[in-house]
Amino acid sequence: MKFYRMHVLVAEDTRSIMAGAKRVEEALKEEIRIAGLEDEIRVVPTGSLGFSDKDQVAIAIYPDNIIYCPVLVSTVPEIVKEHFLKGRIVKALAHPMEQKEVTMEERTSENQMNLDIQKRILLQNVGKIDPENIQEYIAADGYVALEKALFDMSPEKVIEEVKTSELRGRGGAGFPTGLKWQFTRPNPGPVKYVICNADEGEPGTFKDREIMEGDPHKMIEGMILATYAVGGTHGYIYIRGEYALSIQRLQKAIDDCYEYGLLGKNILGTEFCFELCIHSGAGAYICGEETALINSIEGKRGEPRKKPPYPPSQGLWQKPTLVNNVETFANIPAIISNGGEWYQSIGVEGSRGTKLFSLMGDINWKGTIEIPFGTPVGDIIDNVGHGVRYDRQLKGVILGGSSGSLLVPEELTTPVDFHALAHIEAGPGSGSIVVMDETRCIVDICLNIAEFFRHESCGKCTPCREGTAQICHLLEMIASGNGLPEDIDHLEKISQTMMDASFCPLGQTAPSVLRQALKKYRQEFLDHVHGNNCPAEVCNMNFTEED
Amino acid sequence: MENKTVNIKINGNDYSIDSCATILEACRQAGISIPTLCYMENICDEGSCGICVVEVAKSHTLQRACITQVYDGMEIQTNTSRVRQARKTILELILANHPQDCLNCAASEICELRKISYDLGIDETPFEPTKELDLPLDTSSPSIVRDLNKCILCRRCVKECELVQSVNVIEIAGRGINSKVSCFMDKGLGETYCTNCGQCIKVCPVGALTEKNDVDRVWDYLSDPKKHVVIQTAPAVRVALGEEFGMPIGSLVTGKMAAGIRRLGFDGVFDTNFAADLTILEEGTEFIGRLTKVLSGEHAHLPLITSCSPGWIKFIEHFFPKCLPNVSSCKSPQQMFGTVTKTYYAKQKNLDPRDVICVSVMPCTAKKYECLRPEMDDAFDHWKDQLMLKDEDHFQDVDVAITTRELGRMMKEVGIDFEHLPEESFDSPLGESTGAAVIFGATGGVMEAALRTVYEVVTGKPLPKVELEVVRGMKGIRTADIPMVSVDGKEITAKVAIASGLGNARVLLEEVSNGNSPYHFIEIMACPGGCLNGGGQPINNDPSVCEKRAAAIYSQDEALTIRKSHENPEIKKIYEDYFEKPNSHLAHELLHTSYVERDLYELEKEEN
Amino acid sequence: MEEKKHLLEQLHDIQDADKEHHLSTKKVVELSEKHGYSPAKVYGVETFYTMYSTKPRGKHIIRICENQSCHMANAKNMIHHLEKKLETHVGGTTEDGLFTLELSSCLGMCSVSPAMMIDDVPYGNLTEDRIDEIINSYKEGK
Repeated sequence: MKFYRMHVLVAEDTRSIMAGAKRVEEALKEEIRIAGLEDEIRVVPTGSLGFSDKDQVAIAIYPDNIIYCPVLVSTVPEIVKEHFLKGRIVKALAHPMEQKEVTMEERTSENQMNLDIQKRILLQNVGKIDPENIQEYIAADGYVALEKALFDMSPEKVIEEVKTSELRGRGGAGFPTGLKWQFTRPNPGPVKYVICNADEGEPGTFKDREIMEGDPHKMIEGMILATYAVGGTHGYIYIRGEYALSIQRLQKAIDDCYEYGLLGKNILGTEFCFELCIHSGAGAYICGEETALINSIEGKRGEPRKKPPYPPSQGLWQKPTLVNNVETFANIPAIISNGGEWYQSIGVEGSRGTKLFSLMGDINWKGTIEIPFGTPVGDIIDNVGHGVRYDRQLKGVILGGSSGSLLVPEELTTPVDFHALAHIEAGPGSGSIVVMDETRCIVDICLNIAEFFRHESCGKCTPCREGTAQICHLLEMIASGNGLPEDIDHLEKISQTMMDASFCPLGQTAPSVLRQALKKYRQEFLDHVHGNNCPAEVCNMNFTEED
Repeated sequence: MENKTVNIKINGNDYSIDSCATILEACRQAGISIPTLCYMENICDEGSCGICVVEVAKSHTLQRACITQVYDGMEIQTNTSRVRQARKTILELILANHPQDCLNCAASEICELRKISYDLGIDETPFEPTKELDLPLDTSSPSIVRDLNKCILCRRCVKECELVQSVNVIEIAGRGINSKVSCFMDKGLGETYCTNCGQCIKVCPVGALTEKNDVDRVWDYLSDPKKHVVIQTAPAVRVALGEEFGMPIGSLVTGKMAAGIRRLGFDGVFDTNFAADLTILEEGTEFIGRLTKVLSGEHAHLPLITSCSPGWIKFIEHFFPKCLPNVSSCKSPQQMFGTVTKTYYAKQKNLDPRDVICVSVMPCTAKKYECLRPEMDDAFDHWKDQLMLKDEDHFQDVDVAITTRELGRMMKEVGIDFEHLPEESFDSPLGESTGAAVIFGATGGVMEAALRTVYEVVTGKPLPKVELEVVRGMKGIRTADIPMVSVDGKEITAKVAIASGLGNARVLLEEVSNGNSPYHFIEIMACPGGCLNGGGQPINNDPSVCEKRAAAIYSQDEALTIRKSHENPEIKKIYEDYFEKPNSHLAHELLHTSYVERDLYELEKEEN
Repeated sequence: MEEKKHLLEQLHDIQDADKEHHLSTKKVVELSEKHGYSPAKVYGVETFYTMYSTKPRGKHIIRICENQSCHMANAKNMIHHLEKKLETHVGGTTEDGLFTLELSSCLGMCSVSPAMMIDDVPYGNLTEDRIDEIINSYKEGK
C-alpha cells in the first residue's frame, strides 16, 4: 500500500461542483505532477467542507488540518508552490478546521458566540474521505459495526441496542426506530423488504444529500444492519430523480459492497443475504410518505395507502417492509459500534442523539450542520449561522420545512427536541431552518408554501386536493389586494378540515405554517385585507396583469 | 376464519361487533347511519372524499369510517361538532368546483351529491371555484357521455372498470387539483378499448357519466309521417321499467310497458324476445353442428361462446382476438330483429325498407354501439340490388337503441301515468315469444334457453324439468355438466359455463386462449348478473336488485304457455315462409355476422 | 437485483433514450404490450410524476426551483429573465428546440438559491448575468 505524506481533499458535493470543484481537482493534480510530487501527495474528492453556500471551492489539507477557500484554478499553482513544496501556509486563503465538541454547560455560558456547537457523528467522514472509495470508509472504521453485529450479536440484540439508544426516525415523523424494527422482525418472510427513503423533497431540506454525496457507505452500512436485525432479504434506496450525484455515488458504493462481500449472498461469509438496489423517483413530493413510496416502487401513482395495515406487516408487494430515512440509517453504525447507552448520553430525554439541520434564508452562513438535541433554535442561528444577515431584525423562523411550524423570535429559546417543541406546536420535522428577516412578508411566504402544496397534493382525497387549491386561491386574493375579511375565516376553516380529515400527513400538515401564521402574524393578514397594504412591501397589491 | 367480536363504544353506548367490521359497518349494525359519498360496497373503498369521518378517541385526526377497522375498546363519536364541521367543509369544497346546473342535469333525481348536501343542510358554498369548469364533453362514444366538469373524483368508475370489468380503460391522470378521470393519452372514450358496458354510469354518484341521449332522435322519427316506426323491447326492460316510476324493484310490467310505448305513437310495438327465440334456433343449430363434428373427431371451434352481449363482443375483439372463431356467428336478438324488420316484416307489410325505422329499447348502453357497427346493415345489402339502392339510401338494421332510463324519460315527458296503465299485448307478427326468450335477461338465461332446445334436438326428448336450475344464480362464474343420450344412443356430457361481468369472462377466456378450456358451450354477459343489471337500467344500488329482477324474469317464464324457442309458432312460420331452416344460406346472410380483430393499443384502426 | 425493472424506471429509460425527452405514445404502447400493463394505468402514472412528459421537449430541460429558499432569493425574477432570454414561457420549448423551461419543486439546493438544474447539472447562486452566461454556453455547445 502506498503511503502519502499529504492528502488534499477537494470538496465535491453538488454545490462545490457547480462552483468548479472538478476543475480545481484537475488543476491540483496537474500542478502536483509538474512539481514532481505525485508520489507524495494524493488528491481525492470528498463531501462538503461547509463552505459551499458561498459558491466557492474548498480543499482540506491533511495532516496539516487546514482548509483553503476560495480556491480557484488560478490560485492552485501558488498553493502547490508555497504550501506543498515550501511548507508555508497561504494565510490569505486558510481557515482552521474546528472540530471542538461543546458540552451543555459550555453552551449556556456567556461567551458562546464563537463556539462551534456541532457534534459530527453522521457527518464525521464528510469532507474527510473520498466518498467513492470504500477502502477509505473502511479505514475510517467503516463496516466495523456490521462485523460486530454479524459475528457477536443476534438480530434481536441489534434491535435492543437501537431501542436502548432511543433513536427516533429522522424523516420528520420521529417514530421510535427500535420499535419499528421490533414490529417488522416477527412478520414472516420468505421475502422482507428494507427501504431507504431518500426522496428528500421537503422544501428547505438538503441534509440527506450531504450523507449520500459525502459518506454513502455510512447509510448503506446502516441499512445492512437494519436488514440483519429485522430479517430482511431485499432492499431499495428510493431516491429522488433529481439527485444525480447522490445516485451515482450510491451506485458506486453498492457495486463496491457487492465486490467486497458486504451485499449479496452470504455477507462476510455468514448465512445472511441482502440484495440492494437503487430506485429513482420521478418528481413527486408525496413519495416521501412511506406508503406512497411503496406504491411508486410498485409502478403505481404515488398515492398513499390506508393504514393499517402498516408497512411492517404489509408493505411492498404486500410483504413486510421496513422504511427508514437516510439519516436514520446513518445513525445505526455508531449506535452498534459504541452502544445504545452511548447514544442515549447525547441529546436530552425523549430526543437522543444528534440531528442534521439545513440552514438557509436570511442568515449569514447556509449549509448543513449536525447538532445534538437540546440545543436552542436561537443558538443554532446565532452560533453556526452567525446570525441574521445585513444586521437586520429577525422576523420569524420556519422550522421543519414547509409542513413544519412558524416560530416567532420569542420562541427561539426553545430547545430543539420533540417534547419542548411540541409545547409550542412545533417539531424538528425534516430538519430545516429557514430564517426570515424583517423584509419578508408572511402572507407572501404562506402563499409560496401554499403553491407548493397545491402542486404536490396527490389529489386522492378531497380535503387536500380541494383544500390546497382553495388556500392558494384565497392567499392569492389576499396578496393581490382582493382579499375579503371572511377569507381569513375561510382559511382557518379549511386548514382545520385538512388537518382533521386529509387522508395522509401531507394534507394534514400542509396548513401547519399557515395556521400558525394566522395566529402569530394575524395583523399582517389584516393589513392586507383591510388596509390593502403589504407592510413589508413585497406583495404586488392591485396587480391586475397576469404575473 | 375467526369470528371474533370486539367491544366498542359508539356515541357513549356499548356494542359488541365483529372484529373484521369497519366503523361504517359497526355503526350500521348499531342502527347509526354515517353519510358516505365515494364509498361503494365491494367496488370502491379508496377513502377519497372523507365525508364519513368520525372521531375516535386517542386519534388526533378524524378517521374514515368506511376503511377503518374496529378494535377492542375503540370509542367512536359520530356527530361531534368537529365531525359535522369537517363534513360540511368537505362538501362546500366539492360544491365550489361543481357546476350548479341541477335543473339540466340528467342525474338530478338520483344525484348523491345533491342528496347529501340537502341532508347536511348545505344550500350554497362560500368558496369560489379553483378550476375552470370548461372541459369539453366527451361525446366520442356512441354509448356513454362524460362530463368531467361534474366529476367529484370519487373513483367509483375507475374501480368498477378495473376490479369488476377488468377493462381498465379509465384511470386518474394528472395530479392534485388537475386530476381527472382519463383514458390513455386523454383520448375520448369512443377512441379506446372501452366496451360500452356502461357499468361506470351505474356507479357514478353524480351526472358525470350518463348514457348518450337518443330520445330526441326517436321523437323525430315518431313525428315523421313518412316513417313506419316500430320498437322492440328487450326482456330485461320489462322487469325494471317500473322502477323509473317508483314501483318496487322487480315489478313485472310487460303489459304496462307495451301500453305505454303504444301511447308514444309507435306503428308497431314488438318484442325482442321474438328474435331471442330466433337466436336460439340459429345458435342451437350452430352448437349442435360444432359438437357433432368434435365428437366425430373432426375439428371445430369449441367451446362455442354466445354473442348477444355487444359489450362482451368488443371485449373479446380487443383482449382475445385470437379466440374470435369460438364466438357464435349469430347476431344478437336486437340485431336479428332489426334485420328481420327491414326484410321479412317490410315485405309482409309491403313497406319500402328505407321508410321502416327500427327502434330498440334495451337495458344496455353497448347496444347503441352495436347498432352502429358497419357489419349491421345486412338488410340494406339484401335490398341493394333489388331496389337499386344508392349509398345515400344507406340504413342500418337497427336505427337507434335507447335505454330503459330513456324510455322512462319519454313516458314522463308526455305525462304517461305508468302505474295505472292497462295491461296490453305486443303487436304481431313480431311479438310472440316464449319463456326461453324472456330468460335471456338473466345471467344463465341464454344457456338455459339454448339447452331447452338443444337437449330436445339431440336426445329427441324434452329436458326432465324445463327449469334448468343448475345454470341459474348470481355467482360470477358457474359451471354445469349436462348429460344427454343422443337419439342414436351416444352418451354425451355437455360441459357448460356461464360468466357475467367481464372480469369473470376474462377468467374463462384465459382458459380458452391457453387451449385448456374444458367446456363445450359458454354463455358470457358483460354485465354482472346479466342484462337485468345492464348499463342502461334504472340506477339502484340496492344489493337485492339483481335477485329481485331475476325473480321477475323467471316468474314471467313460468307464466308463459310456450317455454321453448322451437315451439314458438311465429318462429316456425318465419322459417317456413322465409328462412327455410336454421343456418340456411339466407339465415346466414341476414342473421349472422362477423367480428373484428382489434388491437388493444392501436387506437385507430380501419374496420373490415 | 431483480430481472424486471419497475415501471418508473422503465419510463425513465424510455424518456432518457428519446431525443425529444418525452414518453412517446408508440413507446408506451410497446411497453404496455410487452408487460401486459393497461395503457390507461401507465398514462395515469406518466402524468402523475413531474419528471415525465408526454409531449416532446427540447434537447435540454431547464428546471428552475420556485420554493421557499429560492422564492426568498428572488426566483420569480430569475424565472422572468429566463422566459425573456429563451423567448418562451414556462412549460414551453425554444424555437430552436434547444431548451424546455419547467418549474420545479425544491431541488435541495437551498443554500445556493436561487437554483436550477439543466438536465442533471445543477446551477446555483443565479443572477441574470449568470443565467445569460450559462444559456450562452449551452448555445455555443458548452
